[in-house]
Amino acid sequence: MSARALAGLMLIMLTPFCHASAQGLVTTLSTDRVPIQSNFTGGRISVFGVVEPGAGARPKNGWDVVVSVRGPRGAVTVRRKDSVGPMWLNLDARSYIAIPSFISILSNRPLELIAQAEVREDLRIGIDPLIPPQTAARVGANDPQFRAGLQRLRMQQGLFHQSADRVRFISSGVFQAQIDLPGIAPLGNYDVEVALFSGGALVTKNQLGFTVTKTAVEQWVANAAHTNGLLYGLATALIAVLVGWLASLVFRRD
Amino acid sequence: MEIYLPIAEMPIDMFLILGMGMTVGFISGMFGIGGGFLLTPLLIFVGIPAAVAVATQGPQIAASSVTGSIAYWRRRSIDFKLACVLIMGGLVGTGLGVLFFNHMRKIGQLETVIAIAYVSLLGVVGLLVSMESVRAVFLSRKGGASSRRLAGRHFWFEGLPLKMRFHRSGLYISVIPVIVLSALIGFAGAVLGIGGGFILLPALIYIFRVPPQVVVGTSLFQILFTMIAATIFHAATNQSVDLFLALLLMVGGVFGAQFGARAGANLRGEYFRLLLGALILIVAARFAADLVSPPRELFSVTRTETVR
Repeated sequence: MSARALAGLMLIMLTPFCHASAQGLVTTLSTDRVPIQSNFTGGRISVFGVVEPGAGARPKNGWDVVVSVRGPRGAVTVRRKDSVGPMWLNLDARSYIAIPSFISILSNRPLELIAQAEVREDLRIGIDPLIPPQTAARVGANDPQFRAGLQRLRMQQGLFHQSADRVRFISSGVFQAQIDLPGIAPLGNYDVEVALFSGGALVTKNQLGFTVTKTAVEQWVANAAHTNGLLYGLATALIAVLVGWLASLVFRRD
Repeated sequence: MEIYLPIAEMPIDMFLILGMGMTVGFISGMFGIGGGFLLTPLLIFVGIPAAVAVATQGPQIAASSVTGSIAYWRRRSIDFKLACVLIMGGLVGTGLGVLFFNHMRKIGQLETVIAIAYVSLLGVVGLLVSMESVRAVFLSRKGGASSRRLAGRHFWFEGLPLKMRFHRSGLYISVIPVIVLSALIGFAGAVLGIGGGFILLPALIYIFRVPPQVVVGTSLFQILFTMIAATIFHAATNQSVDLFLALLLMVGGVFGAQFGARAGANLRGEYFRLLLGALILIVAARFAADLVSPPRELFSVTRTETVR
């Protein structure tokens, strides 16, 4: 057993969470569950990986690794404001389905240097290839402005993110990457895909995953609100009445 | 300290919200108004989604109306019969308001509707309050006293059918205009996140001549019920009521109102009404500016559905 494989085995034993191994690549996450507490302002997950001899000989320029993180998908509507007289109103809209609520593309060097555009498109690596085309067009056809607007806004919010220096090689075959989750990261299941490249071609890839959950109280409140709105509303109203009544007891002046 | 709001799905500074609740509570305690028309815009300005900001006003206003109603009930200054008629109209208006709110949200025009409504509503109210207080300031300098004679004035709609006698208020009027008025206010309340006291009170005083000793209590009692209804309707249909946000606002508001009421007792009314008028106009101007200034970002994204 080589020292590298031993290191990989130790990594996996030390982090008994989600790990995967394909031919030549062993990867693991530092955790498989990120709880959102009432003070949640973001979180960080580490990806560890070891390239094993099965992946073949180390290329002259070294291995390339791309870690793609994808949050729960959902439908979104992108609207554009236009001027109507003196006012600016939402007039035009495009709908998209199955848009990841969170995308983070981490690599050891710029994607353009790792693989050609067509290869990346095929393998769905990068922010743009992960966004399906729009579904229903009310006016006009597929307008690239809306797609660009969606990406720009999500990037400003920190929900879409791409970084070419966040995968670090600790030694020639052992790497580590850090996934930063912003405080507004949506709840749900996140997919993590680790792709190993050599000389512009995919060698192998691994699928991992983690879940962002709310801790007890937050989860309970959110679940109640979404699954049992009426009861949640009644309870909220009751709490409001109780708080108001308590206040009148505490501050009674006569 | 940051706290995660489970429905707004965002972290926010707890003390910012508590402070806002306290400030608005202080103002409302001082002037005897609910303060929803100040709190909703403030929440929107700090980044809470407009839908959550509006829907979460329900429980916050309900809590402060309970405190107020109990105080007036102890002094026997609530006309329960009149309140019941107002509540009937208020419930209908609230229901329609929530339906309208949900539809506007679906077609992406909710923010615009809220902004336009706030500009017009706050603009008019702000001007009226400012002008009235400026006049009061001048009158008090001259030493004259303003008196308005309300008795003896009658409106045509008081003679409509379905007349009812309200003993506590000493009124004998048709309930139709009362119901129409409270339905309109309930509608506005559900769409804008306001209790509507600042419209209901003057209307009850100047249009229906409800005596001053029962008018505030009766109006608070009606607002309590429409806001409970708004909370339930919003929660059941659009899931935008954030319990954590509401609790922070309630706690801040309750404390602020106590200090506000004390401060209001020893302050010169006219000058502070002038201040209130200016405050309302500033909020209106901010909404107007947002509406007419070319936006920095033309696009906006809303998540309509998430697969978990």
